[in-house]
Amino acid sequence: MQHVSPIREPLVTGGKTYHDITEDVCRQVEAKPNIRWAAALAVALVGLAIFIYSTYRTLWYGIGEWGLNKTVGWAWDITNFVWWVGIGHAGTLISAILLLFRQKWRTSINRAAEAMTIFAVICAAMFPVLHMGRPWLAYWVLPLPNTFGSLWVNFNSPLLWDVFAISTYFSVSLVFWYIGLIPDFATIRDRATGPIARRAYSFLSFGWTGSAKAWSRYETVSLILAGLATPLVLSVHTIVSMDFATSVIPGWHTTIFPPYFVAGAIFSGFAMVLTLMIITRKVFKLEDYITLEHVESMNKVIILTGSIVGVAYITEFFIAWYSGVEYEQYAFINRATGPYWWAYWAMMTCNVITPQLFWFRSIRRSLTATFIITIFVNIGMWFERFVIIVTSLHRDFLPSSWAMFSPTIIDIGIYVGTIGLFFTLFLLFAKFFPVINMAEVKAILKSSSEVKHHPHGTMHGTDKDSHTNTHP
Amino acid sequence: MTKKFVLGIYDDEDVLLQAIENVRAAGTNIYEVFSPYPIHGIDDVLGIKRSRLPIVAFFCGLFGTSFALWMQIWMLGFDWPMIIGGKPHIALPAFIPVTFELTVLCAAFGMVITFFIVTKLKPSFKVNVFDKRSTDDKFVMAIEVKEGVTDMPALNDLLRSNGAIEVNEKEVIK
Repeated sequence: MQHVSPIREPLVTGGKTYHDITEDVCRQVEAKPNIRWAAALAVALVGLAIFIYSTYRTLWYGIGEWGLNKTVGWAWDITNFVWWVGIGHAGTLISAILLLFRQKWRTSINRAAEAMTIFAVICAAMFPVLHMGRPWLAYWVLPLPNTFGSLWVNFNSPLLWDVFAISTYFSVSLVFWYIGLIPDFATIRDRATGPIARRAYSFLSFGWTGSAKAWSRYETVSLILAGLATPLVLSVHTIVSMDFATSVIPGWHTTIFPPYFVAGAIFSGFAMVLTLMIITRKVFKLEDYITLEHVESMNKVIILTGSIVGVAYITEFFIAWYSGVEYEQYAFINRATGPYWWAYWAMMTCNVITPQLFWFRSIRRSLTATFIITIFVNIGMWFERFVIIVTSLHRDFLPSSWAMFSPTIIDIGIYVGTIGLFFTLFLLFAKFFPVINMAEVKAILKSSSEVKHHPHGTMHGTDKDSHTNTHP
Repeated sequence: MTKKFVLGIYDDEDVLLQAIENVRAAGTNIYEVFSPYPIHGIDDVLGIKRSRLPIVAFFCGLFGTSFALWMQIWMLGFDWPMIIGGKPHIALPAFIPVTFELTVLCAAFGMVITFFIVTKLKPSFKVNVFDKRSTDDKFVMAIEVKEGVTDMPALNDLLRSNGAIEVNEKEVIK
């Protein structure tokens, strides 16, 4: 038995029973696709088509299709890569770190957030792979002896660390997500009426029966995976930040980068989770499971990480001045007042000022305000990466090599295209997979729903009403 | 060969936990309990031992650490030594990120694969579920019937008096 303080807000509202949870979550899996879903998928598929076309152009004609030049060798590609990886941090953070901290509100949002993580990492991976120019040789990043003899990859390079970090993060997140899905697939399997659905979900559920022994092992595996994923999620953006921090470019060569990038990643990830969940709960009528309490909890994480990011921006500026290094000082003055001033101030406004509105309880609990602010955060975090990458590069050490960057239509196409890819995957997930972890929500129902429970005696006989949780 | 089971169906976790204790106290052997979600405290009343999967994870992780260190030291230190950035051939601090990632990768996959094997989870089209409601909202206690040994009416009474809302029989082909 668990005890929950009576002053805590319920996490499941509407007096739901176990069966109601199954019904509410399975409804959209079992129903025929509705017109709004189909329309959304059509839009996403247009995005995906743009992605495929832009990728084809990039592969056929080479990365000269992009707006990169000799001075600005990294621009939208790496900006988008870091942006997507950052977004991909919330899911594992919610399911791993919040599990270790025993935050029960994670249970109704972890499934969709983890799915989002996996899809975001897929989108992120597209950029470094395409940037290779010859993606069919992508296996060269693996420590395999190459064609010219046993010359190995450079294990001192953060770019290689990235290969290991991102692929480990992707595969461990996928496994973590799938383990959580198995019992829910079993639920859908046992309800399925059509032969195709029954076979498909039977296959996906790995023959899960929900025996006590299996649940005991399941819980152990979840806990250990959470323990492993917690340092993993922190390591990924740390290593991404080292792609910059270990170089000697003014504006990049700073020790503040790992914690600053990790905070930014959580910040943008939570914003994206909120953006998606506010729509999902509305469309799938899941207001009783994803409540204002959930939204408020996530907004509190946003204000914390947003403030850390704000402090990091100011610290960077201070250290640039305090270091006494002319180039470092110029890099930062140039960020705020140079030709890319608009990007810098867009970043400052979106990331530092707007989240501060969440200090007001009424704004934290307003869905409209939250939705708008999370969009601002998503935009701001994209500009943060653009500012770090492009404005640090575009004025090289020699003024003769100064240059500006402007994206080509293909640059824009690939970026918009990955958004299409992301939403295609997310919409397919939302239709065919249970968007809420039914088993975990059922597990917290007794202690965290609105309904008051009387302590049970030992002998109940067959009087049904006395021991269901539906009746107050 | 077919096996016969008596299934006690419950619809509350606390009633179920108490019932398990009483049924076991009455000397009846419980074959398995099925539930739609993990129930805290069921391990103790059913006498399930703590899983040894964390130990598997530890040793797989240890393998990952050793393998990653050996790989990097051998490749860059012995097989083809190169000077990179004026650093020693075996630059241990630079080897830590890859070592960490491979530790996590091996620990996670080693444990999860072991979990699938010992729990006999694998993709298949046929699943034997005792009562389909056990993945929705019911808790099912399965007791194996031994022909000529099990006193069926007594077992029925025992389950019902401990809060079972239904008592069913089921034959399973093994």
